[in-house]
Amino acid sequence: MARYSIFSLARNALSHHEQWPRLWRSPEPKPAYDVIIVGAGGHGLATAYYLAREHGITDVAVLEKGWLGGGNTGRNTTIIRSNYLWDESAHLYEHALKLWETLSQDLNFNVMVSQRGVLNLAHDLHDVREGRRRVHANRLNGIDAEWLTPAEIKAFCPILNLAPDARYPVLGATLQRRGGIARHDAVAWGFARACDTRGVDIIQNCEVTGILKEGGRVIGVETTKGRIRAKKIGLVAAGHSSVLAALAGLRLPIESHPLQALVSEPIKPVLHCVVMSGTVHVYVSQSDKGELVMGAGIDAFNSYAQRGSFPVIEHQMGACLELFPIFSRLAMMRTWGGIVDVCPDASPIIGKTPLQGLYINCGWGTGGFKATPGSGWVFAYTIAQDRPHPLNEAFGLERFTSGALIDEHGAAAVAH
Amino acid sequence: MLLIPCPWCGERAEVEFRGGGEAHIARPENPEAISDPAWADYLFMRTNPKGWHKERWYHVHGCRRWFNLVRHTLTHRIVASYKPGESPPPIPDETLP
Repeated sequence: MARYSIFSLARNALSHHEQWPRLWRSPEPKPAYDVIIVGAGGHGLATAYYLAREHGITDVAVLEKGWLGGGNTGRNTTIIRSNYLWDESAHLYEHALKLWETLSQDLNFNVMVSQRGVLNLAHDLHDVREGRRRVHANRLNGIDAEWLTPAEIKAFCPILNLAPDARYPVLGATLQRRGGIARHDAVAWGFARACDTRGVDIIQNCEVTGILKEGGRVIGVETTKGRIRAKKIGLVAAGHSSVLAALAGLRLPIESHPLQALVSEPIKPVLHCVVMSGTVHVYVSQSDKGELVMGAGIDAFNSYAQRGSFPVIEHQMGACLELFPIFSRLAMMRTWGGIVDVCPDASPIIGKTPLQGLYINCGWGTGGFKATPGSGWVFAYTIAQDRPHPLNEAFGLERFTSGALIDEHGAAAVAH
Repeated sequence: MLLIPCPWCGERAEVEFRGGGEAHIARPENPEAISDPAWADYLFMRTNPKGWHKERWYHVHGCRRWFNLVRHTLTHRIVASYKPGESPPPIPDETLP
């Protein structure tokens, strides 16, 4: 695989950039692999990448029923941050954020990480107390966090409506300066290219239709491209996790909901940070193209349709204009919906299953993108070592039996 | 937007309702007598099907009563609603969306 550099750029300029190699192959599946990852989204591809890089396991296939990065990886609002309340989550998301900081160099692919700062607004006394508590909790965990007063918010994000007579006045905000955004499609492409370079087979248009078991352990999968055997199988299917788990005879504490996002027409740079509000319920950032990217809550009913209801859009537009009255005449260009796998405690499930050789990584709900590299890193460890890494030990399926839930509804901020 | 047939009020817009998740999950008679996994199954595990789903709805901005609904989670098609205690209508053929 050609390494990207200033020299390869110059060399390819001579041939009018028509000779760049493909980023990944499209191989036919082999009859058997050491590890099969089901789902070629960001988390699945990251898992395969770290299996190869950290554990030397390269006989890996990533199976994808559609095209890679075509699910939630290509449908999110691209926010990355690690300001979670509980120690378990803070460590996991901070591990991911640290990987983000060097990911472009690691992958030799620009994933356009932009650490522009994430504001989480507080609109009432409860928000203020929760926010300050979270700032202290983050600092104790070595995560950068600041509390901003309204005057400091005004200086940091001037276009935000800080009028004291607003319906939901802004009373303060937490700020994580290392938080920001990354280019979501590039994350999928970068991981896919890096996987392919290391010999991982990425097999698209290959839907898993059955999971083969033999005496309490998995031995392979049935797919639309035939039977593929494997010693270990990792399910990383986000919204469709329950469907896949049902093929293996497992039930999950997950419900699938549509989560919508939308973008405005592109405008000149006006918003240099990410602004999130759990109370009026919207989150907004501006992409490098100039579009305002915003999202909000899930539709409350179960759904596998990649579209949501109009009232949810209406509600988040109302919230957006409450915070940014200057956006009132912007046209919204596109809306889309992804299917998110919501856990009762707003925390993911990463670990082993009752079936030997079957591992699961799901339940990221509305906030999986920010965890992409960290999720793949700990899941690769879990698959390679057949036991969870200390970072994801608390996130096993067992916690729903033991009762040791990791309640992150507050730090998940919105949408749960 | 869903047009939801409340068994008492007739068809109303989705915004009048609040979703209540999967229906027919019976609380175990003797919680202290059952195992932790059985309790976890009751409390947390959900069928979450891609297909026909029996679910509870609450007509919060209407008659404020609970009822059940059979709805397809991919097409959002609604077969029928029924009152608590009534038996669900027959589920259409899974292969026909």
